[in-house]
Amino acid sequence: MRPLNLSDFLYLLNGFKWTVGLSLAALVAGGTLAAVLVALRLFRSRALDTVLYGYVSLFQGTPLLGQLLFFYFGLSILGFDINPFLAATIALSLYTAAFLSEIWRGAVDSVQHHQWEASESLGLGRMATLVYVVLPQAMRSATPPTVGFLVQLIKDSSLASVLGFVELTRAAQLINNSTFRSFTVFATIALLYFALCYPLALLSQRLERRLSH
Amino acid sequence: MYTFRFSEVFRYSDLLVSGALRSVGVTALTATLGLCVGTSCALLLLYGPKRLRPFITGYVEFFRNTPFIVQLFLIFFGLASVGLRMSSWTAAILALTVNFGAYTTEIMRAGIIFIPRGQIESAASLGLGPWHTFANVIAFQAVRNVYASISSYIVLLFLGTSIISQISVQELFYSASYIESRTFRNFEAYLVVSAIYLAIVIVFRLLSSLFWLLVFARRG
Repeated sequence: MRPLNLSDFLYLLNGFKWTVGLSLAALVAGGTLAAVLVALRLFRSRALDTVLYGYVSLFQGTPLLGQLLFFYFGLSILGFDINPFLAATIALSLYTAAFLSEIWRGAVDSVQHHQWEASESLGLGRMATLVYVVLPQAMRSATPPTVGFLVQLIKDSSLASVLGFVELTRAAQLINNSTFRSFTVFATIALLYFALCYPLALLSQRLERRLSH
Repeated sequence: MYTFRFSEVFRYSDLLVSGALRSVGVTALTATLGLCVGTSCALLLLYGPKRLRPFITGYVEFFRNTPFIVQLFLIFFGLASVGLRMSSWTAAILALTVNFGAYTTEIMRAGIIFIPRGQIESAASLGLGPWHTFANVIAFQAVRNVYASISSYIVLLFLGTSIISQISVQELFYSASYIESRTFRNFEAYLVVSAIYLAIVIVFRLLSSLFWLLVFARRG
């Protein structure tokens, strides 16, 4: 057992940086995919809806741990080198897209249907109605749950540690293995996660309250 | 070219079945315990002494804003390092319970404050004591209000139990890593186990909607 020193803390901060990086990468890639998935629904195709429903059920009905390992070993089967960051980013992005497409779909559907008809009678096309009428309203109601999901994503990115990717949780495990100061190490990273997530959770609550007034 | 060999995974089907039963069992246990914790905390937040509130809020916010795997490590490794040792099963059940309890506190609180205040006052004016008011007036409506969110959180709880395999609790996900270590069929093992989780989730969702239709849908 050796005492913790400054370089241990810096190592944790480096892991923290990767937790933020991984979450942002998944948010951007997953958010883009989710936007495409929501836009695809405008085609009103039954078959397409079934495929999307299946996609969402699949990613919301299996453990994220399984999804991470699926892509980790799946990529190596496809002939890629084992790359924990890539596997974690792909798995977390697809996972994010499943949740965000559900949230955003709900927001688009919450805009009352007669607004579509009203826009049509004004001669607006579907795309124009979406961009100028529906999206501005949908975005308002989608923001609080999207920020709320970001909290979930940051917490879930901790599971990338299982692939050996050195984000915050993995960094803590490595320091714990050499110092055995388990309580201090894991309490420290719990506080770091908290410092990241709690302000976002508060923001999400505040946005939601503003929406209901 | 990779050839898939699922048969090697299915040779361990007894392990998969016992793992699945344990995962379902630990979910049922910790969902029940967590609901008790959550309901008590919600009632204390709403009707309990004021000075308890910061502690309950602190508990809820801490567990809702940190990853479950860190909570699990903190309870299992962290507490052991300061002298409080427990078995991996105990640590897992404790971690899942306090985690689920934190989430259900929020849900139950919202479910209870949605009941119109007038109903509680009417109950009082009819001479019902606090226990009867809770049992006959609040409880049924609160459960109906929170039913949908609780059942989707139970799904998340069930999927989250896979994480306790990281402290070597022998549940369903642990079966996959065991099979992987014996057969080197890692991809097939995790695929099969994920499919089992999915099947259980689908069955649970069906049963939960059925229960809703039978119990809550018809009564006002």
